[in-house]
Amino acid sequence: MTIDLTDTTTGAIHDALRQARLRLGGVASGMVLTLVIVTDEGAQYDAVRAASAAGRQHPCRILVVIIRRPEQRSRLDAEIQVGETSPGETVLLRMYGPLGQHADSVVAPLLLPDTPVVTWWPGTVPPIPAQDPMGALAQRRITDAAAADSPRDALTLLARGYQPGDTDLAWTRATPWRSLLAATMDQPSGDITGGIVSAEAGNPTADLIAAWLSHAFGAEFGTEPSSGPGITEVSFTTSDGEIVLTRPDGRIAHLCRPGQPERRVALHRRETTELLEEELRRLDPDDVYAETLARFQRTGAAAL
Amino acid sequence: MTGGNPLRDPRDRRIPRVAGPCVLVLFGVTGDLSRKKLMPAVYDLANRGLLPPGFSLVGFARRDWEDEDFAQVTHDAVKEHARTPFNDTVWQQLAEGIRFVPGEFADDDAFDRLTQTVTQLDAERGTGGNYAFYLSVPPKFFPDVVAQLKRSGLSSAPVAPSGRKPWRRVVIEKPFGHDLASARQLNEIVNSVFGSDSVFRIDHYLGKETVQNILALRFANTLYEPIWNRGYVDHVQITMAEDIGIGGRAGYYDGIGAARDVIQNHLMQLLALTAMEEPVSFDAASLQAEKEKILSAIRLPEDLAAGTARGQYAAGWQGGIEVPGFLEEDGIAPDSHTETYAAVKLGVDTRRWAGVPFYLRAGKRLPRRMSEIALLFQRAPHLPFSATDTKELGHNALVIRVQPDEGVTVRFGSKVPGSSMEVRDVNMDFAYGESFTENSPEAYERLLLDVLIGDPPLFPRHQEVELSWEVLDPIEEFWAKHGKPDQYPAGSVGPASAEALMARDGRAWRRL
Repeated sequence: MTIDLTDTTTGAIHDALRQARLRLGGVASGMVLTLVIVTDEGAQYDAVRAASAAGRQHPCRILVVIIRRPEQRSRLDAEIQVGETSPGETVLLRMYGPLGQHADSVVAPLLLPDTPVVTWWPGTVPPIPAQDPMGALAQRRITDAAAADSPRDALTLLARGYQPGDTDLAWTRATPWRSLLAATMDQPSGDITGGIVSAEAGNPTADLIAAWLSHAFGAEFGTEPSSGPGITEVSFTTSDGEIVLTRPDGRIAHLCRPGQPERRVALHRRETTELLEEELRRLDPDDVYAETLARFQRTGAAAL
Repeated sequence: MTGGNPLRDPRDRRIPRVAGPCVLVLFGVTGDLSRKKLMPAVYDLANRGLLPPGFSLVGFARRDWEDEDFAQVTHDAVKEHARTPFNDTVWQQLAEGIRFVPGEFADDDAFDRLTQTVTQLDAERGTGGNYAFYLSVPPKFFPDVVAQLKRSGLSSAPVAPSGRKPWRRVVIEKPFGHDLASARQLNEIVNSVFGSDSVFRIDHYLGKETVQNILALRFANTLYEPIWNRGYVDHVQITMAEDIGIGGRAGYYDGIGAARDVIQNHLMQLLALTAMEEPVSFDAASLQAEKEKILSAIRLPEDLAAGTARGQYAAGWQGGIEVPGFLEEDGIAPDSHTETYAAVKLGVDTRRWAGVPFYLRAGKRLPRRMSEIALLFQRAPHLPFSATDTKELGHNALVIRVQPDEGVTVRFGSKVPGSSMEVRDVNMDFAYGESFTENSPEAYERLLLDVLIGDPPLFPRHQEVELSWEVLDPIEEFWAKHGKPDQYPAGSVGPASAEALMARDGRAWRRL
């Protein structure tokens, strides 16, 4: 059911949520976390849909913060969705006027007790996520550099403002590639002296993979533009010849190593829902991301 | 194994453990287990990106099939039973590596063809000479298969020019024998060809998330360990109840029975994990050492007639359906003494558990499917309430729900709302499904991956199997000599003798 509350307060939202649960016969407990989504009217639908799907099996409370018309007088409108698309609760919070500058005062009372809080910015990357009022509420802060006008600038910004608990979907998108690369390197190979990551121009995931490989091997891994989709190739220069992983079609990766038959493995690109699921799995600081980001800032960004 | 790989950072929790290049050879592909569990598990692993590039699956069976026929069977099994959604790209990749070798276990030619097939896969798909042989066949075929693997040279690999020795592993399923002697014999057969490090015994209970969670619950928390002993625990009940009958498994089940089928392996493992001391680490050797200590400390009741109970389900109504009794099932002799319900009372002779009975029960055609470990705590030594106030207060309990609704329940007394002081039992509940944003993998997914990676902690060692038989053998001998199983109506909670076993100790089974 959907409940619309105009010019309301957090207390009234609380009451409405409790009433809705009672009417639907649901229970109050059993929700896994609170996910705060900071977005705008145009992007909220897709973001909420992806988040609801990620929480399909595991109910969570989704609070969507939409800031509108700063010139108007302060007003809070709430749209509560319970028992619709997901087993959890979704509350769209539309804040008008000066209230938009104090969104945390609306969100904080609505956080579930004793469970983690995650903040996600599907669009604009805040300058320093941990210092953003919405970020300060959360132990996990998810940005998406790929959504920025200049993804590389966004990564540089994120690197500068990094605090433990930050993470970025550009890094999440790297996981299947990194997993395959790590598995590839489980097999013995010659000394690795460098390599290339090829991807569509402006793909921040490619930058992060290159930085990650450079950091791990202590060798130079550059990026090269290709026609995509996404990342198309990672190659290693080794003392025994080239090891190349190509994925021309965005679906199947081909692994070629010197003196061995070509091997293939499915490596599909993931939907936002799957990315969110991975992010919500672990809520501790991601040290490897921190180091990769620092490496990118030191070398990758400088090379531009 | 991953030492030396700079991309493997222990802090990097996003990158999953992925198996190295290998071939999985499946014997017994036509069985239920293969179709319902193994093939779907292989697909689920592939879909989660946990199988290496080039991974290949070879089926071996007495069927006149081509590769495509076997691929089709696998495809259907995956579509029907896989846990993760069907993705055509993943399937196509997997299907490219599917082969089938028709033949009998006594047929030398068939195994030579198998050798050719896997060698060819090494050349075409780069599987590196690493083979896992999954023996999903009745144990009577083990000698043939194992001898053939040895004869055809598949059981051990030559050292490659690079100095690396490819691995060969064999996976076997319960039953690990039907008594101590046969278990030893079976082990000798397998060990004559495969080293004990290469033998993986699957007890799928150990692949279950909740069972592994026993270790986390006990050893990662401070809350429970202080009360996890005879000072607080009154007794322990370990239950595995099934609502189904023997179905089509008459050939296997007759002569085996509930105790050998379930108690010897699953329930003994649960008992060991519940009762064991803290291992010094979670590696295979430390874990097995602690489990073996407990299994060797198990004491049987002095009077086996009073300390055990068994039954056979009679015709009745189960879950709204009229079902036949065990003795009327197809393939069961009308005078069969095989039990479909077994209960035993065991002691554990350690300082921690002296005097605390462990009651184990397993049965078929019970009201519902349910497995759990319940620790029932002693009543408070003094209750500052009147007897009527606490009439409805039972034992405090900690229940580990193994299946279904995996989780943990804590049961304790709470004041009933109102003006009088009245205390009644209430629950505090942890459910896996409600506390994590990811779903638990199937037990077989986890175990199969562990086999391919070569990670042994979740597989019982032969010594554990033997120790469990040492507990069970005297009971089976006693049962064989004295009387026969009591009848209980299908859909009921078991035979009256099992209730009497508890009643003699002034206790009662938890409701099923």
